[in-house]
Amino acid sequence: METLELTQEEQFQARIDADVRIEPKDWMPEAYRKTLIRQISQHAHSELVGMLPEGNWITRAPSLKRKSILLAKVQDEAGHGLYLYSAAETLGTTRDQMLADLHSGKAKYSSIFNYPTLSWADMGCVGWLVDGAAILNQVPLCRTSYGPYARAMVRVCKEESFHQRQGFEIMQTLCEGAPEQKAMAQEALNRWWWPTLMMFGPADADSPNTEQSMKWRIKRFTNDELRQKFVDMMVPQAEFLGLTVPDEKVQWNEARQAYDFGEVNWEEFWNVVKGNGLCNQERLQARVDAWEEGAWVREAALAHAAKRAGRELAKSAA
Amino acid sequence: MTQQEWPLWEVFIRSKQGLDHKHVGSLHAADATMAIQNARDVYTRRLEGVSIWVVESTHVHASNPDDAAAFYEPANDKIYRHPTFYQVPDSIKHM
Repeated sequence: METLELTQEEQFQARIDADVRIEPKDWMPEAYRKTLIRQISQHAHSELVGMLPEGNWITRAPSLKRKSILLAKVQDEAGHGLYLYSAAETLGTTRDQMLADLHSGKAKYSSIFNYPTLSWADMGCVGWLVDGAAILNQVPLCRTSYGPYARAMVRVCKEESFHQRQGFEIMQTLCEGAPEQKAMAQEALNRWWWPTLMMFGPADADSPNTEQSMKWRIKRFTNDELRQKFVDMMVPQAEFLGLTVPDEKVQWNEARQAYDFGEVNWEEFWNVVKGNGLCNQERLQARVDAWEEGAWVREAALAHAAKRAGRELAKSAA
Repeated sequence: MTQQEWPLWEVFIRSKQGLDHKHVGSLHAADATMAIQNARDVYTRRLEGVSIWVVESTHVHASNPDDAAAFYEPANDKIYRHPTFYQVPDSIKHM
């Protein structure tokens, strides 16, 4: 009798193909585990570093309402980072290891946060464009094949749409305001448009990991597919605001039922990825400082917990 | 990195009175009191809960996925445990 014996890896792929989620204790190929740790921790780092450009404006928000909203949003980013670090930890890495990799520069985070936030309109653009792009990336991740990652993303996505809407509202308010305010909105859009398009990653032809990630259903859409969706979504929204996206090649293509648009400046993209963006050093330094200056708090909390546990023990022994 | 990491805690939230606590995720904290406070900040920013349980992750014992077949398959052929296994005449009501 012929037996059809599947290897562990084939069994694993069969479960993925059947859309069965993979859970922490299940067998998985080492490369799957590594890819996920890299992707989830990068994602977590992006949330963490993503607090910095907006934190920059909390003390200078134009009203108490805007300040409260921005505070809540930045707190959400911290929460998103925590959900994601927890998901990555189920794969066998530790929080300390991930943070050490971030601080040493070994681990990457989204390059978008290496651009400066120069005016209040940038808070509008970060919410409207950057979070808009993040949502496009994140919604399909709610169905990603690794259970804890998918569950973290469901939580993140629920909170993210407030972020985008508050950003759009900032833009709309500026666009309906004085000519100077509208000019400020346009100037911010001019700076953020292209870096946002870069958030989807290199072109498919230059993204060697995409094919395997699609096969494992870690990724559900390619970088170029998501970039196209984003342009199709955003051009009409910019038109509504009375703003112009800084790309002369943007034009509706009737045959494709999609917008044509210009080529991303990939030299700039790789340059920022390699650490030469406007704020790479400043962002990383801020993280390292926060970690080092917080060391005494972490130590004190452990000492306090040990002291209390000792007291409890003494009490129950008495 | 000589410093010890704060322990990991699993967080369970009761979303409203009458429902059971459900696992929502995990977090690091120095002790149970801090774990509950952190869980409040991380997992209930939008009224997601009215009660929080935290359990140190090392205290959670789990079944092994490799045992799944031996563990759960015996229930497969015992369809008589389900009410749909039984035929009830159409004229019989309230059953």
